[in-house]
Amino acid sequence: MSQKEPETIEIKISEDILRARQSVRTCMVDLGFSLIDQTKMVTAASELARNTIDYGKGGTMRIEYPAEEGRTGIRLIFLDHGPGIADIQQALKDGFTTGSGLGLGLGGSKRLVNDFEIRSEPDKGTQVTVTRWR
Amino acid sequence: MDKIPILKLGNILLVTIQIDMHDQLAIALQDDLTARIVSAHAKGVLIDISSLEMVDSFIGRMLGNIAAMSQALGAQTVVVGMRPAVAITIVELGLPMENIQTALNVERGVEKLQRAMEKYEKGTPR
Repeated sequence: MSQKEPETIEIKISEDILRARQSVRTCMVDLGFSLIDQTKMVTAASELARNTIDYGKGGTMRIEYPAEEGRTGIRLIFLDHGPGIADIQQALKDGFTTGSGLGLGLGGSKRLVNDFEIRSEPDKGTQVTVTRWR
Repeated sequence: MDKIPILKLGNILLVTIQIDMHDQLAIALQDDLTARIVSAHAKGVLIDISSLEMVDSFIGRMLGNIAAMSQALGAQTVVVGMRPAVAITIVELGLPMENIQTALNVERGVEKLQRAMEKYEKGTPR
């Protein structure tokens, strides 16, 4: 397998959510992930990209290809410099939202990936990192 | 801008979503469909999502909205053709689907829709 280069995609307008989904799909197909794994990760990417726009006022998605302990995977890092999240535990709860959505984005995405990490600082921004291993 | 076509078959409106929708397109479909239910005097709406490779909470919410809006206008909605990988994913995502009637394919969807339409007509005082 040829080594894939990390890439960064701008997430500013709603069409970017579509581009993020398509990029993640293409990368996962190239890496040989199963259809179910692809669907889960693409859905998580869609939720997190929308959060980046709706709550983070726009940002970026970085795609990386981690390899450790003999396994490889795909990692997505969503970064914004928005208002940040005051209470992360509350934000992870299903049904909690400060917007108009269903409040499933963060908690739902967490269930669709293998590793989930969130860091946020008020007035500095939010970084959500999700990884799916092969 | 792209538009998702709405076909009329008797008193049913058929919508086949064949492209990965961006948010505005999903909202436009919601608006078009409600207007069309009224202008076409439709009693049923069939939404075929067999081409959709992914349903996230935004699209899920749109499907729920369409079902609720149709109901308010006296039309029943059935969503058909969900792919297995999509079904597995939306359950893990936690998407509430209890307000949405579903069927395996278009044929079964039409049957389900006809039964729902008959039941609705009987239950409606004239």
